[in-house]
Amino acid sequence: MKETPPNYLDEHSVSSWLLTTDHKRIGILYLLSIVVYFAIAAVAAALMRINLLTPQGDLVLPETYNKLFTLHGVMMVWFFLIPSIPAVLGNFVIPMMIGARDVAFPKLNLLSWYLFNIGGLCALYAVICGGVDTGWTFYTPYSTTYANGHVVTMIMGVFIAGFGSILTGLNFLITIHKMRAPGMTWFRLPLFIWSLYSTSVILVLATPVLAITLLAIAVERLWGVGIFDPNLGGDPVLFQHMFWFYSHPAVYIMILPGMGVVSELITCFSRKRIFGYHFVAFSSLAIAVVGFMVWGHHMFVSSQSIYAGMVFSVLSFIVAVPSAIKIFNWTATLYKGSISYDTPMLYAFGFIGLFTIGGLTGLFLAAIAVDVHLHDTYFVIAHFHYIMVGGMVLSFMGGLHYWWPKITGRMYPEAIGRTAAIVTFIGFNLTFFPQFLLGYLGQPRRYHAYPPEFQVFHVLSTAGASILGIGYLLPLLYFLWSLKFGARAPANPWNATGLEWETASPPPRDNFEEIPIVTEDPYSYPPEPEEEAKPEPQHA
Amino acid sequence: MPDHSPVHAHQFETLEQQHDADTMGMWTFLATEVLFFGGLIMCYTFGRFSYPQAFEAASHRLYVGYGGPNTAILLCSSFTMALAARAAQLGRKRKATALLILTALFGVGFLIVKGFEYHTDYLEELVPRFRFHWDGPEAAHAELFFWLYFVLTGLHAMHVTIGVVILMIVAVLSWRGRITAEKYVTVEIIGLYWHFVDIVWVFLFPLLYLIGHR
Repeated sequence: MKETPPNYLDEHSVSSWLLTTDHKRIGILYLLSIVVYFAIAAVAAALMRINLLTPQGDLVLPETYNKLFTLHGVMMVWFFLIPSIPAVLGNFVIPMMIGARDVAFPKLNLLSWYLFNIGGLCALYAVICGGVDTGWTFYTPYSTTYANGHVVTMIMGVFIAGFGSILTGLNFLITIHKMRAPGMTWFRLPLFIWSLYSTSVILVLATPVLAITLLAIAVERLWGVGIFDPNLGGDPVLFQHMFWFYSHPAVYIMILPGMGVVSELITCFSRKRIFGYHFVAFSSLAIAVVGFMVWGHHMFVSSQSIYAGMVFSVLSFIVAVPSAIKIFNWTATLYKGSISYDTPMLYAFGFIGLFTIGGLTGLFLAAIAVDVHLHDTYFVIAHFHYIMVGGMVLSFMGGLHYWWPKITGRMYPEAIGRTAAIVTFIGFNLTFFPQFLLGYLGQPRRYHAYPPEFQVFHVLSTAGASILGIGYLLPLLYFLWSLKFGARAPANPWNATGLEWETASPPPRDNFEEIPIVTEDPYSYPPEPEEEAKPEPQHA
Repeated sequence: MPDHSPVHAHQFETLEQQHDADTMGMWTFLATEVLFFGGLIMCYTFGRFSYPQAFEAASHRLYVGYGGPNTAILLCSSFTMALAARAAQLGRKRKATALLILTALFGVGFLIVKGFEYHTDYLEELVPRFRFHWDGPEAAHAELFFWLYFVLTGLHAMHVTIGVVILMIVAVLSWRGRITAEKYVTVEIIGLYWHFVDIVWVFLFPLLYLIGHR
């Protein structure tokens, strides 16, 4: 390391990390935090799955079970999925991809991380004090009037973390608008940037509504007056409208960044330009815009007017179109590409398959009549997890493997990486596919016990979850191993295009020796695969 | 930044780029604020359409004698704020400082009037849950109106307070000569925030005070 210029990891003091304004270090801080929250939420999921091995639910009490799924939902949604790709990978690569030294507001960026963790600790404090059993959706009047437990503390945690995500979104928007290197026009931006741009728009516009909704719940719970209390003339369904006005766009916060990562992976590992760049770019924006108008499909059975339901149903079908455009364009990109099956690409393939299943089952749920049958069943759980785990987690893992050499300057072990990707894929399907069947057969969600005829599906699901757990544990171990023993990474181990690969691994403090000038379109992979299509990491 | 020279933060190429980014940052922040208040105004709309009589009767218990002058105070403060930004742009340090302080004083005046008004509301037993008494029909719905009134005006007053603090800080910076003509954008950005706080009040005043007034 002595012959290279100093890189961003060279300082080692604790304060150099906790007071850093370097977007790369903040990305790593986020990575460490979300791993902790993920682990806590995953333990909750494991306990639920073990409990469901037997029909009568032997492991935990019903009340504990309710607290477990609330813990799992809150932690996974707000403290893992929402920050996962944007705050970790986005923070790390956005400035490098657009040729900037840092994000537009580096101090704000650090503040976001602190807000995020203060919120996270608040939520954990609520759990330690006895937990919350409302479910992650905090439906009224249960959450405001009847629920025991530390609802207000938990809500404040989410509220504070929400401001962290608003500031992250704001930072990314301004960075992408104002910090691009000379020559980096809008249509030369990598598609990861387009997807994070759309994500940021949602973060900035939807999160405030969540904040005000949570605040209203807290006021109502503390002082007993409020707009959601039917005794006072308030309306619990108003809560559902406001909650889903945020939370439905929020699922696009959780999937759009994954789509951006997959666009990078598919092009790099098939050595092709993306098929239909403009369509993929604008489909991200279309998802962000239309995604704001579909929230009512969560309320088909909540006394919403049937005509509103029909409009929301149609809009929900429409929002599937841009997602489908992306799937078609990715597969068209693969056509006649020289495909290599490195670990990130395996995750990307997993994403395409699982996201397609998750997306299509979403259409089942968007159809009003079918939803009446499937509402609040395991079918919804399976659909959601196909998008969130099969989509977002797989793309996060893919992206993490892809940029790991850039982040750490070390290669991860390829063979075991591929194994872990395959194990994850198998474990995931075994966990969640049976839940589609369970839901179709009528098992409601959030029950700690169930009729004995469902046991075979639950046993399959729990078995799958243990395999999935191994799939998560392996990368944790070999990533840590690679920090010390991994081969040193060259600047561009994948022979990928993109400005982030033109600088050293790990990058210098200011990303570039001098700000690059961009002269070509993204994904300018050579049209004929004359150079070795599958580069070994060492000789690049 | 120890001296007056137009140095920009290290992540930017030029001062102009930094100013563009700062301005756009504030506009984006204001967009989030619109949605933040928008959620509450959504709640208000629901209540107003569901219980028009109760909301009208409750609104009549508020004093235009407080809300009207307060509206005037905030509009004047917006005017001085705009003048302050112009003075800073022209590099007229003393004038800019004086106008910034004046704007902040208007803000303080608003808060004082608001405080007296809250006190009156308290004496008249209009504070939901704590001290609420309502003669006449639909007491619960009237209470809902006052819940909205206190949440909306309370959040707004919080924004005014933050604005006053920032204005004082900028006034001190301006007095010390930190805000040169090249850096007047700082004043303009604070101005954006201040105008936004005013506009929120311009919406709140008719929504809360003027229902059914002819």
